[in-house]
This record gives sequence, C-alpha cells and structure tokens, in this order.
Amino acid sequence: MNSTAFAYDAAHLIGATVLMMGFGLLYQRRMAAVIRTYAMQAMALAAAAAWQAHVQNAPHLYATAAIALLFKGIAVPAALQWLVRKLGIHRTVETALGIGPTMTAGVGLVALSIVLVLPVTTNAAALTRESLALAMSVVLLGLLMMITRRNAVTQVVGFMALENGLLLGAVGAKGMPLVVEISIAFSVLVAMTLFGIFFFRIRERFDSLDLAYLESYRGDRQ
Amino acid sequence: MMASLAQDAFHDSLPWILGLPLVSAPLLALIPSWRVGAWSNAAVSALTLLASLGLFFVRPEAGMLLFIDDFNIYLVVLTCFVGFTTAVFSAAYIARESHASRLKPLQLRFYHSMYQAFMFTMLLALSANNIGVLWVAVEGATLTTVMMVSLYRTRAAIEAAWKYFILCSVGIGLALFGTLLIYLAAQPVMSDGMAAMAWSKMMLRAAEFQPELMSLGFVFLLVGYGTKTGLAPMHAWLPDAHAEGPTPISAVLSGLLLNVALYALLRFKMLISANGHALAPGPLLIALGGLSIFVAAFMLYRRGDIKRLFAYSSIEHMGIMTFAFGMGGPLANFAGLLHMAMHSLVKSAIFFTVGMIAQSAGTKQIADIRGLTASRPLLGWALVIGVLAIAGLPPMGVFMSEFLVISSTFAREPLLAIPVMLGLLVAFGALIIKMQGMAFGEPSPLPGMEAMSAPGTGARAAGYLPIFAHLSLALVAGIMLPGPLVIWFQAVAKMLG
Repeated sequence: MNSTAFAYDAAHLIGATVLMMGFGLLYQRRMAAVIRTYAMQAMALAAAAAWQAHVQNAPHLYATAAIALLFKGIAVPAALQWLVRKLGIHRTVETALGIGPTMTAGVGLVALSIVLVLPVTTNAAALTRESLALAMSVVLLGLLMMITRRNAVTQVVGFMALENGLLLGAVGAKGMPLVVEISIAFSVLVAMTLFGIFFFRIRERFDSLDLAYLESYRGDRQ
Repeated sequence: MMASLAQDAFHDSLPWILGLPLVSAPLLALIPSWRVGAWSNAAVSALTLLASLGLFFVRPEAGMLLFIDDFNIYLVVLTCFVGFTTAVFSAAYIARESHASRLKPLQLRFYHSMYQAFMFTMLLALSANNIGVLWVAVEGATLTTVMMVSLYRTRAAIEAAWKYFILCSVGIGLALFGTLLIYLAAQPVMSDGMAAMAWSKMMLRAAEFQPELMSLGFVFLLVGYGTKTGLAPMHAWLPDAHAEGPTPISAVLSGLLLNVALYALLRFKMLISANGHALAPGPLLIALGGLSIFVAAFMLYRRGDIKRLFAYSSIEHMGIMTFAFGMGGPLANFAGLLHMAMHSLVKSAIFFTVGMIAQSAGTKQIADIRGLTASRPLLGWALVIGVLAIAGLPPMGVFMSEFLVISSTFAREPLLAIPVMLGLLVAFGALIIKMQGMAFGEPSPLPGMEAMSAPGTGARAAGYLPIFAHLSLALVAGIMLPGPLVIWFQAVAKMLG
C-alpha cells in the first residue's frame, strides 16, 4: 500500500513539474528562454512516461519516454534555437496579451480543468484522476500560449506544449494502447511544422492584426 | 455461380483497399514523367475502387484494428469512387497546369504520391475499428492535405496551408484528449487494452460506461473533429485551404475529407447515445449545424473568389448534415446520409468545373468571368446545372435530401425548421446571383484558352467525364433512388439512432 501511495505521489510530482513548465512558457520574454523551458517540459514528460512505464509495468511506455527525451527534449529545441538564429527573431517574444493577464488567465484555466475533471472522475482510480486534471491544464495552457503569442515559432512551441499535455494524459491512462504510435504521429507533425517554418520562412503567424497584411490577403473583396 | 466466383476473386478485399494506395504512394514519387504518373495515379485509384466493390460480396471479419459495417461500407465505396474520378480529372488538370508551367515535374511527383497517401489515410480512418487508429489516420490526412494545399508555393498558398495546419492540428489535439476521455470511460468496464478502444466491442457495453467522462469527452471530440468538418465557428481554415490548393484537392477536401471528419463525430455520437445517461449529443449538433448554415449562407454574398464561394457552400452543407444527424430519428438520419453522398458528388463536380473555368479564364475572380454559356457552352452549362443542383432545386438529389431534412424537422420541431429553411433560401439566392453573372451575359475574354486546348482530346475528355458522371448520378438519385439503396440507407439510419 505504501509503495502505491509513493507511486501516486511521484507521478503527481512529475505531472506538476510539467504543469509548472507550462506556466514558465507563459512568462518568458526571450525566445531562447522559451525554448529552454519547453525542453525542460519535454524532459519532465519523459520522466513521467518512464515512471508510468515502471509503475504500470508497461514497457512500451519506455519508448514514449525515449521519444520525449531524445526528440522533444533535445532534437527539437536544438532545431528551434538554430531556426530562431537563422530567421533572426531571437530578441523578444511579441505578445498579444500582456504577461500578467496571461498568467491570470492561466490560473483560471487550471482551476477550470480541476473543476471539470475531478467531479466526473469520482469512480476512476486516483492516479488517473489527478493526472487527467494536470494533463488538461497543460493542454489548456498550451492553447492559451498559441492564442497570446504573435510569431510562428512561439505559436508552434505552444502547440508542442499542448501536445505534451496530451501525452501526459495518455501515459497516465492505465493500459491505454497505441500511446507509442500516437507519440510518433505527433513527432512527425512537429517535424513537419519546423520544416515548414524553415522552408517557407514563416516569421509571423498569419492572422495578425497588421492592416497591410489584411489588404494583401483578403483577395476576396470585389 | 457468379457470386461464388466473385467471392473467390475478392476474398476479403479490405487489405487491397488499404494496401493499394499505401504501396503506390512511395512508388508514384519515383515515376519521373508526370504523364505516366498522372495515369498511374488514376489506374491505382480505379483498382482501389474495384477492390472496394468487393466489400459488397464478402464482408471481412471485424478485427481489433479494422472493421467494415453497414455504415462505413457506404462511405468507403463513395470515397473510392470520388477518389477515382478526381484522379481522372486531375490527370487532365495537371496536363494544363504543367503546360502553363505553373507546376514543375518534381512537384507533380510529390503531388501524386501525396494524393495516394491521402486516400490511404482516409480509407484507414473510415475502416478503423479503433478510436486511436481513427485519430492517427485523421492526423495523417491533415498532414498530406497540408502538403497538397501548399503545392503552388505562392504566398497565399503557404498562408492558407499554415492556417489550415495550425487550426486543424489544435483540432485534432483536442480530439485526442476527447479520445483519451472516452477510453477512460470505457476502461473500467472493458478492462485495459485494445477492446476499450474498439467500436465493435464498445458499442455492446456502452450502457455501462461512465456517463460524465463520456459527456466531457464528447465536447472535446465535437470541437476537435468539428474543426475538421468545417463547422462554424471553427471553419476559418476551410475557405483558404480550398481556394489556394490545386482544384482536384479542393474537390477531395470538400467531397471526402469533411465527410470523414463527420463520420468520426457520428461514430462517437452513436456511442454516447448507446450509453443513455451521458449528455444528449443531438442539441449540440443541431446548434453547430444551424450556426454553420447561417454563417455560410450570409458569407456567400460577399465572396469575390469563385473557389471560396463554393468552399463556403461546403460549410453550409456540412451544417445541413450535422443538423440532420443532430435531429436524429430514422427520417432525418436518412436525409443526412443521402445528403452526405449527394453533396460529395455534386460539390466535387462543381470544383472540377470551377477548376477548368479558372484555367480558361485565367482568373478566379467572379467579377471577371462572364457569359460562359456563350464562350464555353459545355463548361458554362455544367456550372449552371451544378449550381442549381447544389442550391437544392429539383430534380437533383440534393433537393430530395434537403426536402427530407426540412420536412422531418417540421414534423418534430417546427420552430427549428423555420431558421433552417431561411438559411437555405439565403444561400440559394447568393449562389443563383453569382452563377447568373458568370454563366450569362456578354462573354469576357478567356486568356487561358490556349493552355486549355493544348493537351490532346483524351485529356480534354478526362476533364469533362467526371463532371457529367457525378451530375448524372445525382440526377438519378434525385429522380428515383434505387430500392436496395433505400433499404440500406434506412438500415444505417436506424443504426445511427
């Protein structure tokens, strides 16, 4: 019994670390720091996957952990740092909403996910319950980051943080099949995004409020 | 005798249906000549269509990953059919594009490869018995279509592809969270592993699942797959992706991909309905469907770009289907299923026509296209017939399905029928006004005509045949839907509850 309690505590601790990194992403002002925080979040996710592999006795989750560590924790951040230098956007993160309001909204989202998830999972195992609430918080924070950041790289980091939340939920769901396949599918998606940014030199996200852009692109007016 | 022969030849054709596009995707990338590539693409699609017809003779056993039942067999065959006709049209289309040197041979190799990869992901999504496989397949379909939308490499095409990519990635991300919640709802009953993700197993015991988790999951799934279905207010990617990609891709996006996303939603709706205690999915679908009809109908008036016009019309029609399935019941479901098929056929025919119009007029601006029935009679009249069909005039099939939607709604919720009717009329007016300007009046010059007549007569026929094949099928369905098809649609409509 004692060892299960420890298993829960450790899983929650690691999950909470992923969530903290999600908040970290919201208040970083420099691109390099954003990418480092993302790398730490991915490494925490790897630890969560490895811990679940150990606790649930599910060796395939070690594969998910390895993908999270090597691909998301090391390769993607390295590629992003290189991209940022290449595109010359390393200085500051442009925000559509200030840091303070964003953080407040983030806290609100975490509260929302707890309020939503905990009552509906009264019958589920405790392990699933809390990790689901954590996972949903990370997903919503990722969404928030995508909405409140202006340029394409930070938007993609937001998407990848969202994805970390999804995988955190998936590894925490006891005995869920296809988790490895899903994490591979996501990795392909992420790799394509980075390739797209590099290849097409996308700096800004497109639905910006820039009027010049609106005139050139709404080629729809008669 | 014939049946047993067919049984031997087609014993379990599902591996062929999935295998042909999967294997040919990398092979098509290796063919240096785009002409050979285009016709091989069509040939592979024809073989896939043949293999899909084999499903009528032998229904494969339901496995843990794949299965075929009454519901998806109809969509698999429809997808293979439209996939084939689009491949034929595409051969003619790219012959002209490459003559006008808008596309290079290397891009075309990539395009054909992606076309088959896209067909594979859609057929996999339709035949998946596993909500995880379904998700991976829809994600793959997003990736392959993003690549095809960005094919022209113009600024507008890249922006459209990026917008599509980001919005739909978030959409499928949320859908995965929903999938996870459904698994968690099923897991205590089904125990760990594949069974808790398999449609065929889950449907049997859905009543015992945790209703609260299922309700929460369905909301995520509705937003996630609803984004991919193009439901308002998550529809922002759809017009751009349709307008900036190559026309054959607009045709399969509208005709097939939106259906696949709606199919995913409907499967989950069946699961939720079978549970009985979870939230009622109907009102949510009715709300999103109704909103889509309205938003799209009013947006139609402001469109200046011919492909965008019909992209918004796709949003409207996906709204009609979603609304019909939300109403539920045998009649409304029947109407929804029929509308799925009719919209696929008619809308892809319209996009084929629009593609050729844009190529010969050298512009996509509606204001610059006039008098097509005089300058290009065949194309002009195809546009007129197509628009009348999609606007819902008898005797085409769309009229029948829309009529059934409205009348079944009137019978049960008369107050809901009025706004839907209004939305349909608004859209009808917009489409007729735009069509009139393009089809009649003093003909505008056609600078692209030289490129149009460049390819041989074979390629020219390949452009027109799919249009008239689709339109005549819609006409037949509108005049007299074959008896066996009616019985079958009724059976599926009952399944959908």
